[in-house]
Amino acid sequence: MNENVYINIIVAIFLLFGTILSFLSAIGLIRLPDVYSRSHAVSKSASLGVLCTLFGAFLFFLLTDGYFSIRLILGIFFVFLTSPVVSHLLNRAAYHSKVELTKETVQDDLKEFLEGE
Amino acid sequence: MFDQFLLICLFFLALSILAALYRVIKGPSTPDRVMALDNIGVNLIAGVACLSILLRTHAFLDIILLIGILSFVGTIAFARFIERGVVIERKRVH
Repeated sequence: MNENVYINIIVAIFLLFGTILSFLSAIGLIRLPDVYSRSHAVSKSASLGVLCTLFGAFLFFLLTDGYFSIRLILGIFFVFLTSPVVSHLLNRAAYHSKVELTKETVQDDLKEFLEGE
Repeated sequence: MFDQFLLICLFFLALSILAALYRVIKGPSTPDRVMALDNIGVNLIAGVACLSILLRTHAFLDIILLIGILSFVGTIAFARFIERGVVIERKRVH
């Protein structure tokens, strides 16, 4: 019984960290000014949050039931692999379809490069 | 105690899905909306993980992988559509 309490505390720390990180990324999704900074907030912190949550679930099933879930490992690996790729492609599509940058932008090197061609 | 804690985690995930839904409705450009939908998919993955701990079952762990793959494929298709106007390009025939 005593071990079970410790396992629950460890899993609870992982889950709370992951869900609060997802919540912070959602706040960034509301408050930041343009597409690129919103994508910066969403891709990094939401993917780290879901990785922590899935790792907490993996630890819970491993430590309480002794069930080694290969599907959760694959899920962690897949989210870790695909989240930056999705963010990169969306930013690239947004830039090529001429979505405006925010007014505080100082420098736009890619525009000079594309005009120079 | 632990179950109430899981309910708090699910509450935070529901709040972040609501925030992403606000961005889907209001977002000024199309990539904003696609990005918010992808964020909803990621939050759903975490929600399924919390729910399968809450119900103490292994049966939903396939769903995590499935939502991840479907969200990835859908977002890639939308990104290609925004950038080039078509999702699958035809071969050029001379």
